[in-house]
Amino acid sequence: MADTQQFCTFYLKEQFFGVPVQQVQEVLRCQPMTRVPLVPRVIRGLINLRGQIVMALDLRRRFQMEDRAHTQAPMNVVVRTGEGAVSLLVDEIGDVVEVELERFEPPPATLKGEMRELLHGAYKLPGRLLLEIDVPRAIAVEGAQPDNR
Amino acid sequence: MDDSEVIREFLIESTENLGRLDQEIVQLEQSPKDAQLLASVFRTMHTIKGTGGMLGFGAVEKLAHLAENLLSQVRNGERDLTAPLVSLVLRAVDAVKAELLAIEAGGKESGVSHAALEDELRRACENKPAASAQGEAAGSEAPPAAGEDGGGAQKNLSEDSTIRVDVGLLDRLMNLVGELVLARNQILQFDAGCEDSSFNASAQRVDLITTELQEGVMKTRMQPIGNIWNKFPRVVRDMAMASGKQVRIEMEGKDTELDRTIIEAIKDPLTHLVRNAVDHGLESPAARKATGKDPEGRLLLRAFHEGGQVNIEITDDGAGLDYERIRAKAIEKNLVSREQAARLSEREIANLIFLPGFSTAERVTNVSGRGVGMDVVKTNIEKIGGAVDVHSKPGQGSTVRMKIPLTLAIIPALIVTSGGDRYAIPQVSLLELVRLEGEQLRGGIELVNGAPVHRLRGQLLPLLYLARELGTDDLPARAAENGLQPGGVNIVVLRADDRQFGLVVDEVNETEEIVVKPLSQPLKNINTFAGATIMGDGRIALILDVVGLAQRADVVGEGQGRALAEERKPAENKQAATRRQVLLCQYGEGGQVAIDLSAVGRLEQFPVHRIEIADDREAVQYRGQIMPLLRVSDLLQGKHRPAPREQALVHVVVYADRGRNVGLVVDRILDIVDEAFRVERQTGRRGVLGSAVIQKRITDIVDIPQLLGAAEPGAQVHA
Repeated sequence: MADTQQFCTFYLKEQFFGVPVQQVQEVLRCQPMTRVPLVPRVIRGLINLRGQIVMALDLRRRFQMEDRAHTQAPMNVVVRTGEGAVSLLVDEIGDVVEVELERFEPPPATLKGEMRELLHGAYKLPGRLLLEIDVPRAIAVEGAQPDNR
Repeated sequence: MDDSEVIREFLIESTENLGRLDQEIVQLEQSPKDAQLLASVFRTMHTIKGTGGMLGFGAVEKLAHLAENLLSQVRNGERDLTAPLVSLVLRAVDAVKAELLAIEAGGKESGVSHAALEDELRRACENKPAASAQGEAAGSEAPPAAGEDGGGAQKNLSEDSTIRVDVGLLDRLMNLVGELVLARNQILQFDAGCEDSSFNASAQRVDLITTELQEGVMKTRMQPIGNIWNKFPRVVRDMAMASGKQVRIEMEGKDTELDRTIIEAIKDPLTHLVRNAVDHGLESPAARKATGKDPEGRLLLRAFHEGGQVNIEITDDGAGLDYERIRAKAIEKNLVSREQAARLSEREIANLIFLPGFSTAERVTNVSGRGVGMDVVKTNIEKIGGAVDVHSKPGQGSTVRMKIPLTLAIIPALIVTSGGDRYAIPQVSLLELVRLEGEQLRGGIELVNGAPVHRLRGQLLPLLYLARELGTDDLPARAAENGLQPGGVNIVVLRADDRQFGLVVDEVNETEEIVVKPLSQPLKNINTFAGATIMGDGRIALILDVVGLAQRADVVGEGQGRALAEERKPAENKQAATRRQVLLCQYGEGGQVAIDLSAVGRLEQFPVHRIEIADDREAVQYRGQIMPLLRVSDLLQGKHRPAPREQALVHVVVYADRGRNVGLVVDRILDIVDEAFRVERQTGRRGVLGSAVIQKRITDIVDIPQLLGAAEPGAQVHA
């Protein structure tokens, strides 16, 4: 009965994250990437999304986690933003889950630093937490001026 | 442009105008007091009369002339526009239309007489009732004019040949064509390795059709430059009124077409130039009269295609640039040094006005002369891959000429590889490619005060290692620097602003037409990249922004000996008195001199046997000229020593003085130094500014012009 929201979920270092499905354009396997020199290292490069040039942002680096092993190819979660599509690089894709809004809680106090800033909050699911990413904040890369949105 | 084209234009224009005329005349009947409407009708008739007469279409001219007479009476209030009058004018319009159709079909007038109609018009003018004209009519054989358009059955080109299309749709089409070009490139790449001949043939056709489609779609986005020029008469008029000047504006090549994105981009620079020409270029009527000119100044805007580019010129017949004032101003503002300024050609001086912070306006007016402007114009034009240049003749006026590419969406570019990635370099910035291999590698890249340079035909070319600039991989770069790279070094010689520099890349691939795609927000702020493109294999390549790259790497300060090299850094030049770039040379028995780098044209080496004696002085044949050689040791130490024969080569610093080269012979070229040093003033020797301690050695700082002046009497002593 309660209001629900569908999340596209994924994993980063075994932690469980999600983005509202409305913001997700598509999910892709690892794509050939062109690196962009002189930019903050969270920007891993550019991918060719059917003729559209899309910036790929590594969420591991964004959350200041260590890089994934070379053997582990990242997956692309392409999200729609005011600036066009941006691809979020994650470890693994999870299911689309439907959660009740009342399970929401602000970021737990145990979370520290960068990650706390970039999360909307957490949904308490049975046995685990789903951390909702604040997409506009996550893609606002330091050193680059995000638009006033 | 032949006659038939002129006629064609006349037909299209007149048919359009006449179509409008029908409507306007009818409207006029509803509101006969509408002066504007009447003026428009009158103007149309007048134009048709003029052009028709010029092209020798007598009947058209006559009919239009008579209708015009009638309309002019109405305009002057001599008569009211009555319904019969309107009908009469409309009949004249119909007759003109019929003639136009005949011209379109057969290239000449119908030959049918319009005497009856003409007479009616004439009578109407003389205020006689048209009905009574019947008896006097000369041409009774003429059928009614309105019925004459029987010849118009042919398909005609002037009507209904245009439609209006949403610009957004065209942009989308352009994007799609861009995609198609990329897909085509991919097919061609696949085709290159494919044996199937029928596939080869299809690929070739796809290639051809794509190219044509691309051209076609690009054409649809073209707009005549007249669209932005149209507002200039008003701008000029307002400015002329405000400044008490009289200005006549003329335009040539209004129909010259440019991509709409470019039209947008040049709108502001163009406006600025026009304002500038009126404000600074043209003199007041009194001043013009005093110099025997027409008090009314003339401003000419001209646009034309040339070599795949569009040229736009803004010419005024004003006072022209005051070279001396510009020179003085540039020195005063520390944009060039006094020595540099003395050696600049008129053209180079003229182009000083494009430097940031330059404005000669004696007083700051509200229209221009704020000291920002010409440099912004230049930057904006260069941003779209164009160039701007100014020519001027004192007393006769100036011309600013812009060269603009036709489109920005698809550009030719050179693809290079660096640090394992491909980059596209827009062809407009590319000057040449140099490859150093084997023997050439050794000494091909020299270190001048830590900065790598290459001698390109004797001229020092500062080098940038792309991989190092981008921080992608400095290993191959370091290897190349030490001359260890086995395969050789590829130098892409580029032009940024007025300077040249060499970009060292790992590999030079090919030239390709690329589709420019903008980068999204966080990447847009990096001015090293102008955008990105998708290559034939589907991968993305970044497009280098050559100017941004040069600025980032600050190539300016690194040994580029061009006269204008230092202009861009006025802040640094403020300390020009103490900090400057000099060339260190060894001469005589261990003496060291410093020559201001701005005075150095080139560095050359000549085999000793090439030295000849002309007019009892040493000289070499150099670039088709006789270049006198002067030994620095003779000049400074005042004694003549024979050329050391054990040396096979002489090192020569070439100094260019208004097209005349003079070679200064030194024993060795040591270094280029860019540092602050204190010149200890010294009296005595001519040609020596003083001494300073540079690189732990006492060094004489020479002033070449003075030194050469001193050389003249010196030479006579030897003679």
